[in-house]
Amino acid sequence: MNTMALPWLQLAILAPLIGALWAGRLRDPDIARRHSLVACSLALVAALAAWINFASLDGAVAADRWDLYALRTGSPLLTIDALSAPLVPVGALFLLLVVLATPRTKLRRVSFAWILLSEAILLATFCCQQPWVIVGLLAAGTVPPWAGLRSFPGSRRVYAIHMLLFVALLGGGQTLLTLYAISSPLHLLGIVLLTAAVLVRSGIVPVHCWMTDLCEHGSFSNSLVFVVPMVGAYAAMRLVLPIAPDWVLRGIAILSLITALYAACMSLVQRDARRFFCYLFLSNSSLVFVGLETATPVALTGALCVWISVILSLGGYGLTLRAIEHRVGRVSLDKFYGLYQQTPGLAALFLLTGLASIGFPGTIGFIGVELLVDGAVMVHPLFGILIVLAATLNGLAILHAYFRVFTGTRRSGTIDLQARLSERVAVLVLAVLILGGGLFPQPGVTSRYLGAMQLLRQREELPGAAPHGHARGAFGARWHGWFAER
Amino acid sequence: MSHDALFTALGVITVGAPVALLVVVGLSALAGWSLSERATSRFTEAAVVVGLIASIAVLALMLVSGRRNVPIELGNWVAIPHEHFHFHLSFMFDRLSVPFTILTFTLVGTIGAFANRYLHRESGYHRFFLLYAVFLVGMVVACLAATIETLFLGWELVGLSSALLVAYFHERPTPVINGQRVWSVYRVSDAALLIAAVALHHLTGEGDFIKLMGQSAWPDGHAALTSAQALFVGLLLLVAAAGKSALIPFSGWLPRAMEGPTPSSAVFYGALSVHLGAFLLLRAGPILDESWLLCAAVFLLGAATAVFAAMAARVQADVKSALAFASLTQVGIITAEIGLGFRYVALVHIIGHACLRTLQLVRAPTLLHDYHSLENAIGEHLPGNSGYIERRMPEQAGVRLYRWALERGYFDALINHYVVRPFLSTFRWCDRMERRWIGALRGAAPGEFEREATPAYPEELL
Repeated sequence: MNTMALPWLQLAILAPLIGALWAGRLRDPDIARRHSLVACSLALVAALAAWINFASLDGAVAADRWDLYALRTGSPLLTIDALSAPLVPVGALFLLLVVLATPRTKLRRVSFAWILLSEAILLATFCCQQPWVIVGLLAAGTVPPWAGLRSFPGSRRVYAIHMLLFVALLGGGQTLLTLYAISSPLHLLGIVLLTAAVLVRSGIVPVHCWMTDLCEHGSFSNSLVFVVPMVGAYAAMRLVLPIAPDWVLRGIAILSLITALYAACMSLVQRDARRFFCYLFLSNSSLVFVGLETATPVALTGALCVWISVILSLGGYGLTLRAIEHRVGRVSLDKFYGLYQQTPGLAALFLLTGLASIGFPGTIGFIGVELLVDGAVMVHPLFGILIVLAATLNGLAILHAYFRVFTGTRRSGTIDLQARLSERVAVLVLAVLILGGGLFPQPGVTSRYLGAMQLLRQREELPGAAPHGHARGAFGARWHGWFAER
Repeated sequence: MSHDALFTALGVITVGAPVALLVVVGLSALAGWSLSERATSRFTEAAVVVGLIASIAVLALMLVSGRRNVPIELGNWVAIPHEHFHFHLSFMFDRLSVPFTILTFTLVGTIGAFANRYLHRESGYHRFFLLYAVFLVGMVVACLAATIETLFLGWELVGLSSALLVAYFHERPTPVINGQRVWSVYRVSDAALLIAAVALHHLTGEGDFIKLMGQSAWPDGHAALTSAQALFVGLLLLVAAAGKSALIPFSGWLPRAMEGPTPSSAVFYGALSVHLGAFLLLRAGPILDESWLLCAAVFLLGAATAVFAAMAARVQADVKSALAFASLTQVGIITAEIGLGFRYVALVHIIGHACLRTLQLVRAPTLLHDYHSLENAIGEHLPGNSGYIERRMPEQAGVRLYRWALERGYFDALINHYVVRPFLSTFRWCDRMERRWIGALRGAAPGEFEREATPAYPEELL
């Protein structure tokens, strides 16, 4: 295993961790925000350095330098591989943008200490491959949102019920996997429990209601930080995908597909913009699961591309929505707000991020969705068709929301609603990444393909595993027979 | 310079000019730099003129060199060689794409000059020209696409710009609602095209039109598909074309699209956008040839659309809607011609019709003024001109037919009744149930949370 030049990963985790401790002691929220920005920026720089350093090492996995855990146990705790290398900086960037674009009026209501703690836990999770450590970090990651819900007792209860279930399933599953051999039925039960935990954490139907409730009734900043990086998908990749039998993966893929379609349909009947956002996010994040669980190189590459695109595009979409809420209060989608003239920059970003999430040409999501559909069709034609259908419905919802927020009679008022400098910076950064990734997709696709192949190699080490994905169903086989007819 | 190098240079200029325009207008909008109207107009003129000259030069060179098919390879945009996945960017100049591209540059350029005065000092001037640039790029890419994936790329750009242009006057709700409706139909069309592209890719291993249709130049060629495969892919392409060209049952969006500014109505829905479906069918001609059932479906859909639109056009109360249905009548006939295998006739028909309709739509606002002048001069309404069939028809049947035509064949009403309403009521019920479940988990009183689930989405938006 290669070792990086400097302890980049530890720096990336320590910066927000120390920042959290520091920001928690500050009384002035404006100063806390500025100090948090410094901590987030340091974390981003360290994460980027780790990615660059890893790319230069030309190895499958790279360990952090001076890993204290490795000194004691011999195996490194913090590592980076093709799969997690871009996730760490993307996660750090998203958290930086969350802090950067926090409106001044919300400063007193946002806890920067909890946001920084969430970032530290998130980055640590992405830098870990050891199952028990991941389990611990996933459980710890549920605490900051719970603390943020102290003013919302009803939502706190809904959240607590689901997260307790998640932690119990996660802990139970991993315990069974640790205690029993592969041949034991209890080992299989452990896999099933882990799978169930991942489904709960990712908001797969029918255990998705906590997510809509969190977005609708909780703090929107906390909700974005908790749901957008898709830690559930990471858990699926590290804990479930390498060991799960094909039928478990197929089950997840089918449930994810149902979620993608159901959430897309539900987004079309929503009145509350936050709830609408949540369904939109659920639909797109479920598509990532479909690709992950089909376990074919092309679909898996597509899923990993869509994952990055969802964090950037829907993260940006959520931040734009938060900026709009800051100007007009809670957004209801049954009236027109007419904000285009006052906030053309936000209008452009709202549309751009929304279109990127559905894989519109020229945006970062386009090639990801193409790959996903292409790979899914090879597993089962219906998969491909349903993914396209979900993207179609999401497209309708995106433009509907855009029209509701930005068109209509022009708002009259004396308050300047123009985007602030920090919001403009966030808009430009996201626009550059979304369009840059869309117009020059090859580096991103190559990197995600390497990650996909790494995952598939792990699966191939399973006894009796089929190379590059599981067997097709009867209908899938007929479809491929029809293909071969030519 | 060899012919091949010259072709490549001219091809890149043809595609690059509109792209350059989009980059300039788009970046300035994104960065918040306000270009003056003069600068916007100059950039637009330059891009269109350069693109037009380059495409005419390609045509001239093709005639001189005697080549009927000139592929321009730009390489792989994305490739995963080990998995045989590639997104190939290549363009094709042939007897179909070159006339269509020249037509696009000509009409879009004309309308650009018209719009520059028509929208002078309008608050949405720059927005119009941004969407205009997106549309131009989409049309040129779709026309010249040598692979079905590239065609899809242009197809989507055309769809988005069209929907946003319909909603151009966005301070009023009606254009916005109509824009959403147009977008809905376009998304269905996009979905059908994407599925067709993926299916085609898997059936033949190629999305490349040249390899797909054999080495022969358009309209010859032989699709490497069985009859059943051709029928499957062809029906998907027909749905895509029906959505884009407003064939029945999707005709409802075309008169709605007239809510946009006259320049965009003229060039997009009267002339270019509405013919893009027919263009797709022409491009997929060799696939149509593989299945007589598919050809019959294309012919029947085209003929039915033509008959319906001819009747609807006669009862419209406003000139733009009447022109929209008149346009649809011709598009229906063009589609029927494609179904019958008359590819060149259809191509010539498209070019002639697009030019005529652009002129009519641009003339429409002043035509009304002229009619009023005529009526003032003669002191009465202009005489009606009922046709032979109207005079012979029983009164009751005439009234029914009139109503059917006035209601635009009830197609929108049927879609609302059988698709939109069941959809909305089902998912509103799901929303209520979810809220009830959340309420139970929160320990709230029964019904407390359901009250928030009031209907949000007006069904006309779907």
